[in-house]
Amino acid sequence: MVASMNHDLNRRGFLRVSFAAAGGLFVSLYLGDPRAVAQDGNQPPQAKVYPPDAFVNIRPDGKVVIQVNRLEFGQGVQTALPMLLADEMDADWSNVIATLAPAADVYKDPVFGIQMVGGSGSIAHSYQQYRELGAKTRAMLVAAAADRWGTTPDQCRTQNSVVHGPGGRSATYADLASDAARKPVPAKVSLKNPTELRLVGRKIKRLDSGPKCDGSLKFGLDLDLPGMKVAVVAHPPVFGARVKSMVDDEARRIEGVREVFEIPLVNGTGVAVVADKFWPAKQARNRLKIEWDLTGVEAADSAELWTRYKQLSLTPGNVAVSNGDPKAMDQIGASNRIVAEYEFPFLPHAPMEPLNTTIRFDGDRAEVWAGSQFQTVDQMAVAEVLGLKPEQVTFHTEMAGGGFGRRAVADSHVQREAAVIAKRLRGTPVKLVWTREDDVQGGYYRPMHFHRVEVGIGSDGFPAAWRHVIVGQSITAGTPFAAFVVKNGVDSTATEGVADTHYNIPNLHVTAHHPKVNVPVLWWRSVGHTHTAFVMETLIDELATRARMDPIAYRRKLLKPEAKKLLRTLDLLEKATAGWRKNLPKGHALGVSCHESFDTGVACAVDVSVEDKRPRIHRATVAVDCGLAVNPLSVESQFQAGVSFGLSQLMAKGAITLKNGRVEQRNFDDYVPPYIVDAPIAVDVHIVPSTEAPTGCGEPPVPVISPAVVNALAKLTRKRYRSLPLVSI
Amino acid sequence: MPGIRAGVLTSVFAMTVFGISALERAEADSATTAQGLAAWEQVYSVLIHPRCINCHTATSYPQQGDDRRRHVANVVRGRGGRGVPGLNCASCHQETNADSTGVPGGHNWHLAPLSMRWQDVNDQPLSSAAVCRAVTDRSKNHNLDGPGLLKHHEEEALVKWAWDPGRRPDGTMRTPPPMTHEQFVAATRRWVEAGTPCPPGR
Amino acid sequence: MATYQITVNGKRREVTTDPSTPLLWVLREDLKMTGTKFGCGVSACGACTVHLAGVAARSCVIPISHVGDRPIVTIEGIGQDSIGRVVQAAWVDTDVVQCGYCQSGQIMAAVALLKHTPKPTDQNIDESMGGNICRCATYTRIREAIKNAAAQIRKGDA
Repeated sequence: MVASMNHDLNRRGFLRVSFAAAGGLFVSLYLGDPRAVAQDGNQPPQAKVYPPDAFVNIRPDGKVVIQVNRLEFGQGVQTALPMLLADEMDADWSNVIATLAPAADVYKDPVFGIQMVGGSGSIAHSYQQYRELGAKTRAMLVAAAADRWGTTPDQCRTQNSVVHGPGGRSATYADLASDAARKPVPAKVSLKNPTELRLVGRKIKRLDSGPKCDGSLKFGLDLDLPGMKVAVVAHPPVFGARVKSMVDDEARRIEGVREVFEIPLVNGTGVAVVADKFWPAKQARNRLKIEWDLTGVEAADSAELWTRYKQLSLTPGNVAVSNGDPKAMDQIGASNRIVAEYEFPFLPHAPMEPLNTTIRFDGDRAEVWAGSQFQTVDQMAVAEVLGLKPEQVTFHTEMAGGGFGRRAVADSHVQREAAVIAKRLRGTPVKLVWTREDDVQGGYYRPMHFHRVEVGIGSDGFPAAWRHVIVGQSITAGTPFAAFVVKNGVDSTATEGVADTHYNIPNLHVTAHHPKVNVPVLWWRSVGHTHTAFVMETLIDELATRARMDPIAYRRKLLKPEAKKLLRTLDLLEKATAGWRKNLPKGHALGVSCHESFDTGVACAVDVSVEDKRPRIHRATVAVDCGLAVNPLSVESQFQAGVSFGLSQLMAKGAITLKNGRVEQRNFDDYVPPYIVDAPIAVDVHIVPSTEAPTGCGEPPVPVISPAVVNALAKLTRKRYRSLPLVSI
Repeated sequence: MPGIRAGVLTSVFAMTVFGISALERAEADSATTAQGLAAWEQVYSVLIHPRCINCHTATSYPQQGDDRRRHVANVVRGRGGRGVPGLNCASCHQETNADSTGVPGGHNWHLAPLSMRWQDVNDQPLSSAAVCRAVTDRSKNHNLDGPGLLKHHEEEALVKWAWDPGRRPDGTMRTPPPMTHEQFVAATRRWVEAGTPCPPGR
Repeated sequence: MATYQITVNGKRREVTTDPSTPLLWVLREDLKMTGTKFGCGVSACGACTVHLAGVAARSCVIPISHVGDRPIVTIEGIGQDSIGRVVQAAWVDTDVVQCGYCQSGQIMAAVALLKHTPKPTDQNIDESMGGNICRCATYTRIREAIKNAAAQIRKGDA
């Protein structure tokens, strides 16, 4: 890139503009902290310096390149956020190109203040932001046209990357770009009203399909740089163990192997093997003879943990919520109580693209390529390892093959490993590759959980008292996130979905224990809702059956009137399933569930039979209230696939177990996720029409499916399924 | 007990026709039959070994491993026992073992037909009598007679594979059957020469 | 090290590498063709699916020494095939992909299915696609796209 002309206008709302030699426009929006502005509109936002090409680049050929401030890892944000911007901008959608923004201040999540993807917040948090970016860009283009024609903006209109003026005059955005760049960025813009939107609210196909279907799209693992080496790391077999001794002569004899050396890890130490290519690196690692030092390292064991957790569940933990009378349960006779114990094992994310990071360290700066959900955090971690400031680390966001939370890690352990190796190989780019075995055995799982629930049932068949103890590791303990999430010793990511239930449950008493276990844990797509929704929706279903009430009617009656989204989805579900839910063939059963997570309400009905000793889901109907559906096609996809993903929890070999500190699974042969036969044959998705602010769709599909399927199975087999995964039906 | 009865009847006929001492002949034939049954038990011990029985299933799927678990990746037998388009046996299994990746291979890798299943639908091996009946049933075994069975055991590539089963992904050698191929062939020969007798029972 | 002459997407290529190297890594690193993906390395996921002499093959477990002169077709070349083109178009039209990492393998498996079975039933799809993992679980749209592709093929678009 040729040197730019910087008009660094140090006033609120002014553009920082630069030109490339080819004459394209880089429009960089000067974005203050929206919260600061909201709190006090008179307060100028902090002056920030942004990189030249922040959000919109109108190329001379007419292409509009939009920077996406999120990782794209399947959820469709790379299409949805540009839709918002392009719609307000009146850009020609067929000429829009989306790219993933590198780590930079300007790309931080407006609510969380770091650059990240998670919490199903991409659209919810950037909805307003991207609309304003588009509207402001349009305003500047119109201002430039108006100037050129000696008219006023209100005499101009825009459509498909063209400004039309009085007297039939028109000019393309590409033509106007350099003039527009000189215009001040308006402090305020008005956004389109719903009837003016052309893209938002419509089913728009993904922008990245073509390259993902012809092999041309490069993921992080596909990166190839001149002189690049490939590294693999031998990780300890027990978390936190250290290398005691190593014999590497056989490993070094593999042709193509360059270096073998011990490295520190976030947990313990390991051995890095660097080679010209992946296969020699892997072969060499197989030939390492490493003796591990396990002294002082706790050997976590699933069987022992179940015993410990069950024991803990018998005593109340730290209070998450305590409503009403804690003694109310005592007034209820034993015959009107249900006591239920639930077991949820460790779950791996196992995204399809194994974890990887490429780093080149040049002494005074570094370059990183990673499909990261946590760019700000990872950039800081790499800088720390390399002895640099974050600004000295250029961090590219690569397209990622799935994540589900696995690429958002507070300790940046994968990036740190890569940085340690890059530091040693100074000047040479190195791609660290985790094999599938590294991934399955590498920790950072959805924590194991044990629930003990006591429900006292009133004479009307509805809960009269509810005592709930949740046992499981705290995901955020020891990370900066704990400050926001842990209160009174309770990590709300373990109790969400129960403590804040939308059911009107009197005398609700929820407590939690967070044992410390030597297994690194992490948020797994929908986090606490993965287990809490299962407990709630299977218990509620049992109560409905006991009360001889229709499962939809029972839920409708028990929900709080404020639970508007759930009530709407139940209504929509009832309508959408009217044709089939009472006409199931012999051997089929209906299962129902509903759950709200990340502010999105979801109700689900499934048609299940048992085939080949496994549940066969013939059909799932899902009703969703996510506020305004920015891209209903994307919402439909997220829910169709998200419920299929949620079935991971039920798969017979779908759990991680530990024995004497060692993970017993190693690859997809013994950790088995859902294949096509395990997914519903068809999923129909119905979206509640809404103009409310958009809420997330990445995680909300996941919690509803497992309880719905199990509720159906319970009718077929008359068994209760409270221990996951379903090893046998 | 068709095998034994046949042997006895044959020997009675032979005694009558050839005038050999009936008792001598009967004793010789009983010894032969007993030897044949003993030889069969040896053959049976190989047939139900994982290296063999994993592909002689009664279900839509093969098995793998010494623990005979269901084969990875939901592979199914398909119409010809060669898998289905998109997921054939040959999609992974090549003409020879791939030791560097831990996938066994042999010429024309495929499943035995359902007619040659040696386990039940619950993956339990069938009894010695049941397997013997299946193996000697010419309507099920590609019309092989005794010598044909011997030749099959001696020369068929996929049979011989069991004694050169290659390395697992972890680098260890797969377990071969409980006797050498030569011993297996010799036992088969003795069984065939005894008239392929089958043990009684179900 | 050994030198191999192989045919990839109709072109003759020569590689010199360790004979034990799986075809997957020869494609990705020696030939720089990264469309074929690494998902597991033990043939359990299908992300590495190519066609070898017209048969779907899991390249992560097939050493280069076992390939011989069987022509190799990868995701980068399947568009040269009329059915391949229809399948790719169906995938895009039906908006199948999410992260997309598994889809090279899914498409290669689907093409093998449709070449053999132009009117696949749900059971055909279960069986032929039953060994390909999609962690995003786009399975219902994969099924739909295969049926859409089949309809296009019957209409004579391939």
